[in-house]
Amino acid sequence: MGEVLNFRYTIDGDDFTRAGEASSSVKNKLKQLGLDSDVIRKVSIAMYEGEINMVIHADGGNITVSVTDSDITMVLSDTGPGIPDVEKAMQEGYSTARAEVRSLGFGAGMGLPNMKKYTDEMHIDTTIGKGTTITMKVHI
Amino acid sequence: MTIREMQKVLDARFLYGEEMADLEAQFVFSSDMMSDVLAYGGKCSVLITGLCNPQVVRTAEMLDIICIIFVRGKMPDDNMLRLAMAKGIAVLATGHYMFTTCGMLYEHGLRGGA
Ligand SMILES: Nc1ncnc2c1ncn2[C@@H]1O[C@H](COP(=O)(O)OP(=O)(O)O)[C@@H](O)[C@H]1O
Ligand SMILES: [Mg+2]
Repeated sequence: MGEVLNFRYTIDGDDFTRAGEASSSVKNKLKQLGLDSDVIRKVSIAMYEGEINMVIHADGGNITVSVTDSDITMVLSDTGPGIPDVEKAMQEGYSTARAEVRSLGFGAGMGLPNMKKYTDEMHIDTTIGKGTTITMKVHI
Repeated sequence: MTIREMQKVLDARFLYGEEMADLEAQFVFSSDMMSDVLAYGGKCSVLITGLCNPQVVRTAEMLDIICIIFVRGKMPDDNMLRLAMAKGIAVLATGHYMFTTCGMLYEHGLRGGA
């Protein structure tokens, strides 16, 4: 490849039905690039959890995905409420999701732990009242 | 076990993907919580669920699942079926409850992922 490929998505915070379209698009693009299926699965799961979080916790946001020869970097930024206690939020089972979200199959408090589990690097930058930016990297 | 065999054992209906009936599956994950599927379903190629919304199909897509089985008579809508078609995921629907569905498939040799 040699060069860097960038993909950008705007995530609609009002439409749970369409949540995951960006992750699906990235999955297709990575398949077209012929990347290893385990790498693609890791990226897809991590990005999908992040995309769902943007919709259920932060009213949408933006996602940028860059692909180089050595890794795939996902940057998910929102201008939502921020995460008051990141350490707590990272624990399996911790969730502030409403009952309504749980009835849709999410809100089990596994999203952030999943994102960490499936990526090689993950960094959360968050400010209360301003928003959250999560950067994740998967090595190819 | 093939998708066709699962369909017969469960007395299930093919809602999409009969042409994939000969594909083989070995590991199955069952849950109504999609985050649990994403966390633990990594090596499974069949998803059994009683949850019925488009995120079920999206979750299956992310995990490269080949067949979704809806239990308790749950019926995906056209939007969900279109999504499954676009992703090449077979969809079965059975009237059996979750436990019974899992038990019947276990009896026929299918196993959980862990
Ligand atoms: N983008 C975000 N903006 C604000 N809060 C978030 C965001 N992502 C996660 N959180 C907080 O972290 C908690 C844990 O997230 P997660 O592990 O994905 O579980 P869940 O989404 O099931 O609640 C959430 O319940 C929420 O309080
Ligand atoms: Mg989440």
